[in-house]
Amino acid sequence: MKIKNIKSEFPIFKQKINGKPLVYLDSANSSQKPKAVINRMSNFYETEFSNVGRSVHSLAVKATNRFEESRDKVQKYLNAKHREEIIFTKSATESINLIASSFGEKFIKAGDEILTTELEHHSNYVPWHFIRQKKGAKIKFAPVNDRGEVEIDEIKKLINSKTKIIAITHISNVTGAIMPIKKIVDLAKEKNIPVLVDGTQGAPHLKIDIQELDCDFYAISCHKMYGPNGLGILYAKKKWLEELPPYQGGGGMISEVLKDKVSFADSPTKFEAGTLQTAEVVAFSEAINFIEKLGIKNIQNHENEILEYGIEKLKKNNSVNIIGDPKERGSVMSFTMKGIHPHDIATILDEDGVAIRAGHHCCQILHDKIGIPATARASIGVYNSKEDIDILCNAINNCKKVFNI
Amino acid sequence: MELKELYQEIILDHAKNPRNKGKCVNYNHDAKAHNPLCGDKVHIYLNLDDDKNIKGLSFEGEGCAISLASASILTDLLKGKDLSFTKKVTDDFLNMLKTKSKITLNSLSEDQITTINSLSGVQEFPMRIKCATMAWHTLLSAIEKKNT
Repeated sequence: MKIKNIKSEFPIFKQKINGKPLVYLDSANSSQKPKAVINRMSNFYETEFSNVGRSVHSLAVKATNRFEESRDKVQKYLNAKHREEIIFTKSATESINLIASSFGEKFIKAGDEILTTELEHHSNYVPWHFIRQKKGAKIKFAPVNDRGEVEIDEIKKLINSKTKIIAITHISNVTGAIMPIKKIVDLAKEKNIPVLVDGTQGAPHLKIDIQELDCDFYAISCHKMYGPNGLGILYAKKKWLEELPPYQGGGGMISEVLKDKVSFADSPTKFEAGTLQTAEVVAFSEAINFIEKLGIKNIQNHENEILEYGIEKLKKNNSVNIIGDPKERGSVMSFTMKGIHPHDIATILDEDGVAIRAGHHCCQILHDKIGIPATARASIGVYNSKEDIDILCNAINNCKKVFNI
Repeated sequence: MELKELYQEIILDHAKNPRNKGKCVNYNHDAKAHNPLCGDKVHIYLNLDDDKNIKGLSFEGEGCAISLASASILTDLLKGKDLSFTKKVTDDFLNMLKTKSKITLNSLSEDQITTINSLSGVQEFPMRIKCATMAWHTLLSAIEKKNT
């Protein structure tokens, strides 16, 4: 398996879109799936499916084993210390909601501060907003600079004795800024403040060594990592999982249920109420296999090469304005065009088989700050090539033709 | 080609030079709407006299070519008309985007019919229908909502 021919591993590229080959530049939204992942889902349903962790029959044992092997796989991939630190959720959004809710419930009180940034996706703001409302806490936003990044000094300035948690993105899904997580964690540790990292855009593109990063919580979206939809991961340090109250109640997460009291299972089960996405969890192992076979560093290098080529080419187009100029950029290029709204750009590009996203990308705070209501965003995955960028740039010129600019 | 159907000259003209932009004089009805998915905004201002004639009609807003053109065409077409006619045109317009029927109202001039039908290309782009209909739904809300 080589990156150069990797498109052939993704069945979706066999089809034509509006008569043109598909140029998929929307991976920051969701990545396409390699056939190994798709096949594993159907194969699991055909031969091994049963509910996990409940029954004792042969299929239940098989399914439970496969499910737990996936947890081991994720633990090793992230280099987490304990397998119990890997919790399966429905999305990175749910992972963050879990922590905001459980941590917020136990540790945040009136007047306390939650420190976040203006770069965050709504999923790393709105869950904290709930806690703000419920507990009378405050949310502080470290400001974004002209380059579309948040400087560590701005975070430092906002840390005080009331700061109870820092919630920060790994990579901005709009400007592509890669945040210096390790430095932020070191800073926070001096004051004993836990750090939650929204790794939705980070995990698909960067090597994650969770023990080295040393953050307390890391949220992952599996469908952006070539894995199945409807699956997320929460990494949480063991000490927190012992202290935090459960997020949801139901089957599986209990130890003993009596009429007058309920006790809970240990982590990770404590945080996995109800029947989980069994086939999705099992097939996510294949997504990790896929990444490991290529090597995350090789994927990163390849994506950076395409990204640099794309930025360079877009910069040469006078009608295009690129959003942000971070020193370290990962996988996304957001832009606007003079006289053409991003939604019109997206529709016209689609006619050439080019899939991008337009809108505020669930980052209204950031868009308000930069004074642009919407942007067009092209984002890179392992299957993209320089040729894709050339097709994108031609399609952008076609927008100008349609609009007589 | 479908793309040309969508971005016709008339639409681009209205999008680039929207008519009746701003707050009309003595407006006594207004309503606004916002599409949270794409950030499009529209605010319709209406001056409705006691005989239910639209004396003034204008809009403020930001958004894609389709949403701007639709709001501009709406104000151009309905300014000076009475309320029952306005409701009929609005119904026909919303129906056109739903059922792909063309508008053939006798009381509109040929030019006006060409203009309103220019938005029919949106039918082929389901994700964009809301861009075209938002101003019209907002007009209906504005009619219902009198300022005091």
